[in-house]
Amino acid sequence: MIPEHTGSRATRIIGALTLAGFAVVLVLALVVSPPDQVQGDAARLIYLHVPVAIAMNLGFGLNALGSAMWLWKKSRWWDTLAVSAAEVGLVFTALTLVTGMIWGRPTWGVYWTWDARLTSFSLLFLMYLGYLVVRRLPADLEVRNRRSAFVALLSFVDVPIVYFSVTWWRSLHQSATISLNTTISGSMLFTLFVSMAVFVACFAWLLLHRFRVAWLEDEVETKGLDLAISERRAEALVVP
Amino acid sequence: MEPVVHFRAAVSLLGRFPALAGVDLDVQRGSIALVHGPNGAGKTTLLRTCAGLVPVVDGDAIVLGHDLRDSAGRRAVRRRVGLLSHATCLYDDLTVTDNVRFWARACGATIDEADAAMSALGVDGRLANVTVAKLSAGQRRRTSIAAMVARRPELWLLDEPHAGLDAAARDVIDALVRAAAGAGATVVIASHELDRASELATTTVQLAGGTVLDRPREEVVAGAP
Amino acid sequence: MLHDTVFRDAAVIAGKDLRLEWRSRVTTNQIAPFALLVLILFAFALDPDRGILARATAGLFWVAVLFSGLLALQRAFAIEAADGNRDGLRLSGLDPAGIFLGKAGAVALELLVLELVLGAGVVLMYGTTFRSWLLLVVTCVVATTGVAAAGSLYGVLAAGLRVRETLLPLLLLPILAPVLLGATRSFEAALAGAPSDGWPWVELLAAFAAIYVAFGVLAFGSLLEES
Repeated sequence: MIPEHTGSRATRIIGALTLAGFAVVLVLALVVSPPDQVQGDAARLIYLHVPVAIAMNLGFGLNALGSAMWLWKKSRWWDTLAVSAAEVGLVFTALTLVTGMIWGRPTWGVYWTWDARLTSFSLLFLMYLGYLVVRRLPADLEVRNRRSAFVALLSFVDVPIVYFSVTWWRSLHQSATISLNTTISGSMLFTLFVSMAVFVACFAWLLLHRFRVAWLEDEVETKGLDLAISERRAEALVVP
Repeated sequence: MEPVVHFRAAVSLLGRFPALAGVDLDVQRGSIALVHGPNGAGKTTLLRTCAGLVPVVDGDAIVLGHDLRDSAGRRAVRRRVGLLSHATCLYDDLTVTDNVRFWARACGATIDEADAAMSALGVDGRLANVTVAKLSAGQRRRTSIAAMVARRPELWLLDEPHAGLDAAARDVIDALVRAAAGAGATVVIASHELDRASELATTTVQLAGGTVLDRPREEVVAGAP
Repeated sequence: MLHDTVFRDAAVIAGKDLRLEWRSRVTTNQIAPFALLVLILFAFALDPDRGILARATAGLFWVAVLFSGLLALQRAFAIEAADGNRDGLRLSGLDPAGIFLGKAGAVALELLVLELVLGAGVVLMYGTTFRSWLLLVVTCVVATTGVAAAGSLYGVLAAGLRVRETLLPLLLLPILAPVLLGATRSFEAALAGAPSDGWPWVELLAAFAAIYVAFGVLAFGSLLEES
């Protein structure tokens, strides 16, 4: 039986909670929490930037986990998890980069600066773009899964080296990472935590749907082996 | 005695296409089996499967005692077979000697075995130091066969071995195949050229639609419907 | 994990690749001139009279190494993709770890030759004075090992694909970013006569090289399998 959509009771609940959560976060972030003493209203971007960065990390973490587990267990489930997490993770990486740049503008006066995090995230973005390119190359499922699992792990082991080297490099010149110099007040911290929870829920919601689509795509690919074999054997009957 | 090649309902996939759709085949030690059939029957895939290059996804397939369903078995069988395929597996920028010696050393054979194989195939002397890119198609093929012979395989898998060769080279191959079979090696030949190859063969099977047809050899050789 | 035949197999493969290079002279006759050309192009792009070139020498050197190294890697794996050679390697019974070490070793040697040529190039054309030789040499060896190891992994991954020429740079260059960063900083320290600033970067390069060599020894066999 082929389902008509990828929704289920669980995803509908998560989806509804996410949407309601966004409304709550909007109120908390724009109305309830106070402006920062140094950065003013611009600091409110933290309620967006940090949660999407967390969702991004979740995506790449799950991608690496799925890839490693696929290599170990060779179970389709893990491969599907890996690719879904990478795709959703890439969207959140793009959001992280964009919100970082928007935040950079009032803070540094420019959209782009060679800030350690911004620089490493942009490299990360390109690495995982490469992963999805490899993923889309036409190949047998097994070959495709193995190839993409290795690309994912090769990128993943590079992440700490990239991050460490870029941070080290930049710290020789300046300490430029976005930071709030004042202590975060209670309502700000509360807003941040709520926003994190909502974005994690949003991530889970997108991931579940993406996972189910990817699963069904592979289902279509692998269906019909018996039929193909009987068609192939029938070729023998028309031979001279 | 255990057959060298033992297939029961073996299925091999090329992508999603079942190139072998349930093959039953037994080849005894020391025999020369001719596999023939129309284009697309699965001959090449059968040889590549025997060589451990294509996994068997269903049924049984045991070659030289190795189970081809698991990857360790496929890896183990590879070093014991010699596959002559359509591709010649030669490096264009290396000379004939470089190529044959490289593949011989890679497979654990000695330089002497490589040189002996080169002279058996007539690619020694003047040809030995010519870069492969400058060879004719037939000379290329001979070099490729020399590289295969040098490794002294227990199972010879020959895909259209006579294609593109002159009469003298064909005789050389036939003699090599007979000598190898006489010495206890097993040979599987995939060929269109029934006249030539069936003289050589001790058994014949016809492949079509990824399966072995169950018909006697005489009928097949005569090309009866 | 390592069998005793691994190094023999690596020597067979590296010997074949270096012999192939000796016969075809692609690295010396095509890639090395290309590397020098890149140095000349940098001089056009960055006005030599304003001292930018002199200050950027270390970075330009390593960018030139990466670009010409990409060509060497493309070449090293294009020869294995041609004419069923990949099947030949799979059938040979050579240990995949040995094949990896052999391919990476041959590529590393070619890269070291390219670095020598580029080193001579920056001395002659950019007026660079090399000092802190130990740091320079160790940086070259360690960075090259990392580039060759990571490059060989992606090289074999891309080798069988129709899109390999375009895919390899996209996959490889982001991964090599820390190598470019570390090697450049280390060279800057050496050229500035302050080698102690460079050694921590060498450690980073060594960590990178160790990770990708280990990865290659473990994973190369699987990557060679897929057709």
